[in-house]
Amino acid sequence: MATQQSRTLARFMMAPSVIVLLTWMIVPLALTLWFSFQNYNLLNPGMQSFAGLFNYEYFLTDPAFIQSIGNTLLLVGGVLVITVVGGIFLALLLDQPIFGQGIVRILVISPFFIMPPVAALIWKNMLMHPGYGIFARIAETFGQRPVDWFAQFPLFSIILIVAWQWLPFATLILLTALQSLSEEQKEAAEMDGANALSRFIYIILPHLARAITVVILIQTIFLLGIFAEVLVTTNGGPGYNSTNLAFLVYRTALLSFDVGGASAGGVIAVILANIVAIFLMRAVGKNLDA
Amino acid sequence: MARSVTLQKKLTFTALAWAVAFLLFFPIFWTILTSFKPEAQAIASPPVIIPSWTLENYVEVQARSDYFRHFANSVWISVGSTLIALLIAIPAAWAMAFAPTPKTKDVLMWMLSTKMMPAVGVLVPMYLLFHDFGLLDTVWGLTMVLTLINLPIVIWMLYTYFKEIPVDILEAARMDGAVLWKELVYVLVPMAVPGIASTLLLNIILAWNEAFWTINLTASKAAPLTAFISSFSSPQGLFWAKLSAASTLAIAPILVLGWLSQRQLVRGLTFGAVK
Amino acid sequence: MRLTPLFAGALLAALATSASAETITIATVNNGDMIRMQKLTGDFTARNPDIQLEWVTLEENVLRQRVTTDIATKGGQYDILTIGTYEVPIWARQGWLLPLENLGAGYDVDDLLPAIRGGLSLDGKLYAAPFYGESSMVMYRTDLMEKAGLTMPEAPTWAFIADAARKMTDRAADINGICLRGKAGWGENMAFLTATANAFGARWFDESWHPQFDQPEWKNTLQFYVDLMKDAGPAGASSNGFNENLALFQQGKCGMWIDATVAASFVTNPADSTVAGKVGFALAPDTGLGKRGNWLWAWSLAIPAGSQKAVAAEKFIAWATSKDYLALVASKEGWANVPPGTRTSLYQNPEYQAAAPFAKATLDSINAADPNNPTVKPVPYTGVQFVAIPEFQGIGTTVGQLFSAALAGQMSVDEALSQAQAATTREMTKGGYIK
Repeated sequence: MATQQSRTLARFMMAPSVIVLLTWMIVPLALTLWFSFQNYNLLNPGMQSFAGLFNYEYFLTDPAFIQSIGNTLLLVGGVLVITVVGGIFLALLLDQPIFGQGIVRILVISPFFIMPPVAALIWKNMLMHPGYGIFARIAETFGQRPVDWFAQFPLFSIILIVAWQWLPFATLILLTALQSLSEEQKEAAEMDGANALSRFIYIILPHLARAITVVILIQTIFLLGIFAEVLVTTNGGPGYNSTNLAFLVYRTALLSFDVGGASAGGVIAVILANIVAIFLMRAVGKNLDA
Repeated sequence: MARSVTLQKKLTFTALAWAVAFLLFFPIFWTILTSFKPEAQAIASPPVIIPSWTLENYVEVQARSDYFRHFANSVWISVGSTLIALLIAIPAAWAMAFAPTPKTKDVLMWMLSTKMMPAVGVLVPMYLLFHDFGLLDTVWGLTMVLTLINLPIVIWMLYTYFKEIPVDILEAARMDGAVLWKELVYVLVPMAVPGIASTLLLNIILAWNEAFWTINLTASKAAPLTAFISSFSSPQGLFWAKLSAASTLAIAPILVLGWLSQRQLVRGLTFGAVK
Repeated sequence: MRLTPLFAGALLAALATSASAETITIATVNNGDMIRMQKLTGDFTARNPDIQLEWVTLEENVLRQRVTTDIATKGGQYDILTIGTYEVPIWARQGWLLPLENLGAGYDVDDLLPAIRGGLSLDGKLYAAPFYGESSMVMYRTDLMEKAGLTMPEAPTWAFIADAARKMTDRAADINGICLRGKAGWGENMAFLTATANAFGARWFDESWHPQFDQPEWKNTLQFYVDLMKDAGPAGASSNGFNENLALFQQGKCGMWIDATVAASFVTNPADSTVAGKVGFALAPDTGLGKRGNWLWAWSLAIPAGSQKAVAAEKFIAWATSKDYLALVASKEGWANVPPGTRTSLYQNPEYQAAAPFAKATLDSINAADPNNPTVKPVPYTGVQFVAIPEFQGIGTTVGQLFSAALAGQMSVDEALSQAQAATTREMTKGGYIK
């Protein structure tokens, strides 16, 4: 029903957003592309020269590169599994009539408000530290030798920290979706004599499909770039065991100060992120169709 | 009609929910508790449950760095960037929701994809740009960057929210002869307020917690709380209690805001997940 | 590199501010001595009311990355930088630092310890003033040593240290024979391991810059370290850096600790340390090959080239690294707490000698360090616990990760060494060292 006039108006209203985002995308991308073809190390100024594809070749053949891709996918996948499964469980739980629902909800969503470096510092020092962390204290109480989390299970530890931060987000979205399931539907199912499990599988889960899609999409966007948690806790180690793509780019950019190499890494990361995005859209995107 | 529940069932769920909630909240709880302990008590074995409620860590943290300046910068940057983003995003989201074209979804996806660029890869080029425009260590520069970073999320949240507003109402208003701006102000805005409010809150939180650009593009004048915390992360000697105090100070404002506004936050936080 | 220089604006801004009080911005590391200095600056501002100070206190790694980015892009956000003996010669050669030539009449440059002064100079000019200096040494628990029936020699060997560590270990009592750095990083585990490798006759590069991790000396070093830590080290050693070990030692959980000499004043301070009265000191160990693994480091203050406030900045540096500052700290906090390792006169001061039982060990360690001749076999580089080339930060961090993995048991020693060899060869080829 949109008239020509309102279509023009719509374009006009979208223009500011599109223009600033286009600038924001193009300027850094253009600069990054430009630098990715240059030999340019901040620590050796004056030696800038055209590098051809050398930076790409160098980044792609980095001994940590293949592993970092695997780690990135594991990190994203691991966090998604924990937050979605945990989120559904928590949403179902919070949807039940319980005493003190308001306070419980406040407690559950709190981790979402913690800034990533603080979250990482808290987990690293207060909880998982093998000498002083509360986990070690609990292990000692039971006569066990404390687990050295970041040395023995580096990637898993990081997944745990990140999942802790994102679980509230998933829970909230899933809970809202769950609450929109009408009482009639639930009751009708109960009348039919469906047991809890089949009610969950045939009624609740399909109803949540869209919400799960949203959780996966939004979280993936944030999780692909996770790096503060890695930097604070393991620095990508031991070995390359917790080096993800973003951290590999960081290492090139801010430890070696290799601007050319880091730019090539940035371009590669963008390409890979888009592949993931396309894959994601194919797999789950149909749920988003309005 | 409410479902009838037995008290026993309710009690079981209550216990389970409280247990899970306590586990999830424990890291924060423990940090706050530790911030009131002397250093030796903070790492004592077995752990000290009830602190001796000393304030010395807070005094020390404040003596080392000016908390209130960092706090003010954080407020300015997060609120400022969110407001500007809303200003730019509302018209765009409105247009996409009520005058969609076949390309609308592609545009939305493209906007989201701008968030996938790894920030570290562009730090040096951005640093040079910021330097040349005199934006290093200014709140304005940071506000601008955070506006751009969060704009896609803002647009998307608003879009999904606006879409749920029934078009019939707008049609009705149009029948009444309302011109477009009236349509916007009197019809759309009141209905959209909860959505806008929750978008506002979510983005203040995201901006408050952004910890890459805020650390790397500031020095002293514009440094927000994310930079404040990075000066306490591993100094020499015992630091657990001081780190806890600094952490508590850094997260407290946003935590309290989150608690107070959680109802508003939750209401709009659906990203179109609910139909 | 600049995209569009804005000289006029900067000049204008400089003119506008020079009339009123000047504000200088100081980037510094969050170590105890620096934080103490921050608290004592009232003395400086009282004498220089026209100068105001802004502090940017950051954790070491963040500081290094911020400051390097800023100076390399000529960002100009800081007027004084806190940097170490690794950066100073490299940056001075790039022309990034101003030589310190106006420190004032009373400053007495010749009083600076020669080893430290040498590390901060290029072509005879001083480019940074040392705030505190350190070497490494053995700190040990006298009571536990006695209990093990051993006596620490003044200059121990690694064989003795390893033997003593295993004997002192008492897992039931939560006492680890030795605490050593394991946390990955060129300034963390690699500082310790590089220095130790020197004592074992290893070197990073041969004269034509070929990495040497495939040589038996490195294998001996790393195998020795991993075995020792497995038998006598604390749990989670691969995440322990200076700080974590300091905390462990202060809690009485380490029999020995080989680390920076500045730690001496922390472990003997009864306010923080539960073992204050029971600590002895010795030189870093050797293996009879003529080199001890004692390093040399000085956190120092420097002025970036192009600073608009160089005069005020140099005034501040002169104050913070002066003899008067040492006396000021002594008057407020006692002689044991003054920043060590920078001035000869401090070590001749009887009051200091009395208050600091570690004074002699510290001075001997610093004097024994030789950055210009660090290894048994000849090398093309300088630096004891680092290699003074710009690429070292990146390479050292990568190798540090691999060695940390070996310590954590996630990788064998041989695997770590061969990967280190491959990664280092790659970087050095890229850097143009290996033709």
